Amino acid sequence: MHFNGYQREKGRAGIRNHVIVLPTVGCINELASEIASRVREAIPLLHNHACIRLGPDLSRARRTLIGIGTNPNIHSVLLVGLGCESITAEELAEEILPYKPVKAVTIKKEGNYNSALEKGVAILRKLVRRASEVERKKCDIADLTIGIKCGGSGSVSAIASNPATGQAADLLVEKGGRVIFSETAELIGAEHVLARRAVDKKVREKLLNCVDRMKREIADYGVDILGSEPTKGNIAGGLTTIEEKSLGAIIKGGNSPLVGVLEYGEKPSSPGLYFMDGTTQASQLFLGMFAAGAQIQVFSFGGGLPARFRGLPSYPCGIPVFPVIKVLGNPEDVEEREYFDIYAGDIISGKISVKEVGKSIFDEFIRVASGKMTITESRTGYRELLQIYANGLLM
Amino acid sequence: MKKAILMNKDDNVATVLKSVKKGEIIAVISTDNKVIKNIEARKEIATGHKIAVNSIGEGETVVKYGESIGTATDRIDQGTHVHIHNVRSKVKYGD
Repeated sequence: MHFNGYQREKGRAGIRNHVIVLPTVGCINELASEIASRVREAIPLLHNHACIRLGPDLSRARRTLIGIGTNPNIHSVLLVGLGCESITAEELAEEILPYKPVKAVTIKKEGNYNSALEKGVAILRKLVRRASEVERKKCDIADLTIGIKCGGSGSVSAIASNPATGQAADLLVEKGGRVIFSETAELIGAEHVLARRAVDKKVREKLLNCVDRMKREIADYGVDILGSEPTKGNIAGGLTTIEEKSLGAIIKGGNSPLVGVLEYGEKPSSPGLYFMDGTTQASQLFLGMFAAGAQIQVFSFGGGLPARFRGLPSYPCGIPVFPVIKVLGNPEDVEEREYFDIYAGDIISGKISVKEVGKSIFDEFIRVASGKMTITESRTGYRELLQIYANGLLM
Repeated sequence: MKKAILMNKDDNVATVLKSVKKGEIIAVISTDNKVIKNIEARKEIATGHKIAVNSIGEGETVVKYGESIGTATDRIDQGTHVHIHNVRSKVKYGD
């Protein structure tokens, strides 16, 4: 099976062809934004990285910035740096270069703000013109990597949106694609079920270690997670305990064997289903998925008040370099269906099967991969900073 | 008749697919849409919330998807709404 995508110098094909302006550190977001604002169709991907990060969080930020730059949906990258930051434009450029055109401007090298601005604009105009010449070509569906997250979870999520999404995930894995799901806190109480599907002892242990670490951190914090896991909204939707939420949440990844466990932003090395050790917070997780090379994100939605928020997700990676396919599960929110790409609520009323909705999600992968705009992509306006996940001490 | 779905044959709770009133008779169905039995709701239960399909004793495990989702903190009679007021997580944090 095929989709029409953008072939890259190295790695898998992209489904979008954006030229991005990527600051090396959040201090210089304004300059990156200013450069991008003067060049048609250039997208500034502003973010929260600062030199306050230490050790593992600094490595995670480096991996994420490299991952953004190397993602197949990106045609080329203009890095904008200061010159004194912990992750330099030079080191990022070196990692991105094998995959695609990458250029850098820094205030240090150009001497001042205005020179960096002028040089950046000149380079960026060349890049967008180069990008405009690239045409979509036939690409193998095995080139696709899909990130999956659930949201607005209630008990119906596990009956409609999550199993349908899982079905689509299984279909993609069968065709040689990659699927990543995450949310370590939402493995608690269900880790033994997912661990049974690990391909070997190493993968099983790595998975269980993620959950053990999270449970230790919760113990050290000395708090009851009820009200956060499950949230008040989840409880209103019928979820009672973290075990119940987790058992329903893992359904969204489908039933394929678990071939690996990834760090936040780490790229899968071979086809199949992966678990990423990451947060449940949507904007941070979407970024981790994008950095891991996913071209499409599925947001498997239960319902409740979040489903009534039509701008969802107002998260940065939803717009527009990382298309998000939104699936709605709860028929009680049916009046919101036009704000979702796929409606799975008819599963609850028995009008359609999980298999049928799963197939329509899978078909949507191909359409979106070939250029169809998602609902989120069709919106303009409000954007948030990209949030790179950190879970350690920030200075 | 309104339905509640039993996710696994070993479960003692089912998920109500459309909100039910007190005294309403509900069909408990399997995931392949076969009616297993009919039960009476002892209270109003909202969509997506759980109903006890059997009686569950205090301290017994509440089972959904064939797995434990917690412990009953009270005796739960058949037809009762099963939620945070009568179930606690079994997960232990730390040593």
